[in-house]
Amino acid sequence: MRPASDRAARRLRAGGLALPLVAFIFLSFLAPLGNLLTRSVHEPVVADALPETLRALEGEWSGGLPPDAAFDAIAHELPVARETRQIGPTATRVNRRESGMRSVIVKTARRVARLESRAQAGEPWRQLLPEIDEAWERPESWQAIRAAGERFTDRHYLNALDLDRDANGDVVRQPPERRIYVALFLRTLVVSLGVTVLCLLIGYPLAHLIANASAGTSRMLLLLVLVPFWTSLLVRTTAWIVLLQQQGTVNDLLVWIGLVPDDARLSMIYNMTGTFVAMTHVLLPFMVLPLYSVMRSIPNVHMDAAASLGANPTQAFVRVYWPQSLPGVAAGSLLVFILSIGYYITPALVGGQSGQLISNMIAHHMQTSLNWGLAAALGGVLLLAVLALYLIFDRLVGIDKLRLG
Amino acid sequence: MEHSVRLPLARRLGRRTYLTLCGAGFAFLIAPIVVIVPLSFNAEPYFTFTEGMLRLDPDAWSLRWYEAILDPENGWSAALANSLVIGVAATAIATVLGTTAALGLASDAMPFRRLAMGLLLSPMVTPIIIVGVGAFFFYSSLGLAQTHLGLILAHAALGAPFVVITVTATLAGFDRTLLRAAASLGAGPITAFRRVQLPLIAPGVASGALFAFAASFDEVVIVLFMGGLEQRTIPRQMWSGIREQISPTLLAVATLLIVFAVVVLVTVEWLRRRSE
Repeated sequence: MRPASDRAARRLRAGGLALPLVAFIFLSFLAPLGNLLTRSVHEPVVADALPETLRALEGEWSGGLPPDAAFDAIAHELPVARETRQIGPTATRVNRRESGMRSVIVKTARRVARLESRAQAGEPWRQLLPEIDEAWERPESWQAIRAAGERFTDRHYLNALDLDRDANGDVVRQPPERRIYVALFLRTLVVSLGVTVLCLLIGYPLAHLIANASAGTSRMLLLLVLVPFWTSLLVRTTAWIVLLQQQGTVNDLLVWIGLVPDDARLSMIYNMTGTFVAMTHVLLPFMVLPLYSVMRSIPNVHMDAAASLGANPTQAFVRVYWPQSLPGVAAGSLLVFILSIGYYITPALVGGQSGQLISNMIAHHMQTSLNWGLAAALGGVLLLAVLALYLIFDRLVGIDKLRLG
Repeated sequence: MEHSVRLPLARRLGRRTYLTLCGAGFAFLIAPIVVIVPLSFNAEPYFTFTEGMLRLDPDAWSLRWYEAILDPENGWSAALANSLVIGVAATAIATVLGTTAALGLASDAMPFRRLAMGLLLSPMVTPIIIVGVGAFFFYSSLGLAQTHLGLILAHAALGAPFVVITVTATLAGFDRTLLRAAASLGAGPITAFRRVQLPLIAPGVASGALFAFAASFDEVVIVLFMGGLEQRTIPRQMWSGIREQISPTLLAVATLLIVFAVVVLVTVEWLRRRSE
């Protein structure tokens, strides 16, 4: 027996067994996340489309406008970009720096060919380009191109935090009407906190009852938690729409009882109420199950002992039961909170305008505004928040305890 | 109840409030799911109980929305096929890799155990929108966007943590002396695993596989970002249904999915009891 090398061999074997999945997660999961983070800072489109122009834009400009070489280069590079279908993405990115530039660039790329003969005859592009659009006589247009031409940018992260750079390159706050993301992050945190508290308030007595009921009852009650847990998220969301809409079951019931007049039915869906109700419902099992598994191990005799020592039920609960249930409270609350700050599906389907969270804004920038860099940066901020919570969870509870069902 | 010990009024009130609260909590959990089932048999295209339904008039109830599911024009059968292909393939990958990894993670000799565990379980808590967007970028660059293969790989990554968790938990209760006994009887490590360990941890592996399958079967966001028309799965089809025009067919599909969930749940509980 050689214990040292035996131990090394066992380490090697254990590591070797885990390695295929580690490699797989790296490739299929972490690589996409890495790609997302890269996109949040890397923007090569303009730099790749207009390399000569950008080189000519470097250095000092005399009289506010760039040197002639910049005019010559852009007159050459824009039609090329049009042929390689890069003109749209390029124009969009410049337009984000200076609005109106999208059409200027697209138009110029299209019309440069018509002026080619006059340029050959000796007329400088510095005079020809303003004939296509006056924008070429404005320094702001060129500054926008130069700014959009930077390959690596912190702009998306600045924008994600409602910041921007002014003409001097200093970081400043966005004008008030464009400050939306910080407020949205805060709203997401507040909603997540609210959902977590609601889940705890509803879930704590449920878990307590399940943990203290007789074996048969306990199993039945657990099923009432596990059936929603296993039921498709989309099914549960559909169910809430059916229940809460204006002509839905809950409103019908309230009208029938007479609590609500028929012409003033409550709007409980497609707004923040819908988001709250549906999210709490979806996440409640994630609170009940960890609570239950901790409460199950708290001996009944502890409460009896407290009572026999003269504690009334409230005292016994506060001083004996609650402290012992804290690991479950921590595990359930952190889990629910982590899951809620990344919530997308439920707000998207039942949140309406007012019930949208940060994930929905990411989807908006991916699908509608097509500002992928900003979507990636917002995702990066969200990822950082979740990572921090994940580490806290590991410290307080231990990732091993992340058991569902 | 003269013979029973009477609790003080305050405590009885307290207990009654507690039970009422619990009842409300359980009702909140289960009512939405229970309500949707009868509504799927509505003969009218409404989402409320019609008077006929409440009178239990047989004409007010019908199976028409279930027939609509079968109509290929509505796309549900194609969606089911896609869901099954992607789900089964993703589950196979997740189960094989996840079980192997769990065997390593359960060993006390595992190097960087905590780090590896944190890494392998991270797909479970990462916001799905980030996974969807990242997957779209990454798999597009590989030419795997809008393919079944891309979705299978992405879903396998989501499902693997569930396998790791359930199998590690099962292995914690596994008596390792059995492996030594097998070795002393002349079995090599592979034979010992296949003939002794695997049969004993099989229930844990199976329930991990069910978790992984359910994760894929219910996943919509990655499909939304990465899938094309050819990869429409059941959740994806439901998503459009809810967003565009919510039709009673949706309730019939939802009911079938509830039945599916109950079957999975019962199976998992049965497997759990076997492995304990």
